[in-house]
Amino acid sequence: MSSHTDSAAGHDMHDPRQPSQPHDSHEMHDDGTHFTVRGYATGFLLSVLLTAIPFWLVMDQVIADSGTTAIVLLCFAAVQIVVHMIYFLHMNTRSEGGWNMLALIFTLVLVVIVLAGSLWVMHHLNSNMMPMSTHDVRNMP
Amino acid sequence: MSPPVFHDLEGRHHPEQGTLLGFWLYLMSDLLIFACLFAVYGVLGRSYAAGPSGADLFDLSLIAVATGLLLLSSITYGFAMIEMQRRRIAAVQAWLAITGLLGVGFLGLELYEFNHLIHAGAGPQRSAFLSAFFALVGTHGLHVLFGIVWLITLMVQVQRHGLVPENRRRLMCLSMFWHFLDVVWIGVFTFVYLMGALP
Repeated sequence: MSSHTDSAAGHDMHDPRQPSQPHDSHEMHDDGTHFTVRGYATGFLLSVLLTAIPFWLVMDQVIADSGTTAIVLLCFAAVQIVVHMIYFLHMNTRSEGGWNMLALIFTLVLVVIVLAGSLWVMHHLNSNMMPMSTHDVRNMP
Repeated sequence: MSPPVFHDLEGRHHPEQGTLLGFWLYLMSDLLIFACLFAVYGVLGRSYAAGPSGADLFDLSLIAVATGLLLLSSITYGFAMIEMQRRRIAAVQAWLAITGLLGVGFLGLELYEFNHLIHAGAGPQRSAFLSAFFALVGTHGLHVLFGIVWLITLMVQVQRHGLVPENRRRLMCLSMFWHFLDVVWIGVFTFVYLMGALP
């Protein structure tokens, strides 16, 4: 089993924070995560900006067209979610041997299917219904 | 007895405890629950049944404050994790307490909003839009509530047993849970409140 010992040694050299008390430190940096003030502060500042701008856009009605505003809002949300994933949830492709990322990608695929599918199907269902006036709605059984 | 060390077929070292990965998988399943609730809101969010719309009901300055509280609680939890790394129990406890208070503040604002809506005749039974709204925002609020209960439990644990490996693992899990709730809230305030308040 020479290949086994070789790569095990390679692993040791690879990790600069090889613990002096293996068990203790191992749990600490199980996924190679090291928390820094700088990381959290960067994430926080970015997320404050990415939160404040959308609120400002809507509350001061900066963009006249609602459709455009909605698209801009969704873009800001997407960027902010990525910021939170990186700086707060410490996502990367290496943590837990990549399984974290794989599970996330799989879930995101399902989320997109659920959201896009529901909206698409129900939109078609709605547009195939008879139009209803406000008067009809008020007198519904 | 020393814990077993696992290697995969290529001989790479395998994590001894899969708790963090397992907890991540739980969060992903939770994300699917929220995706379903978002889909319901997306479908029914404009079905007002001649009742009030989001633009009539939502008080955006209140939501901005609630969002600020939740964002702040994310970074204070981060500081708790940094202090955990430095093994300073008192500082960890202080940051956890601040995080909990910010969470309680967020919940308080949410309950105030719900109470206000229900008293204004805009309860969950008013329209499909409001049912979907209360289901989505309420589920998020319940998660925050359970997060706070968990946080208090962990503060007691840390006080009793110190920052032993088990407690550090638990704090890491709660960290993921707490930041995850913040991520879901980004979706809520964008999709429900801001887009709902558009003219």
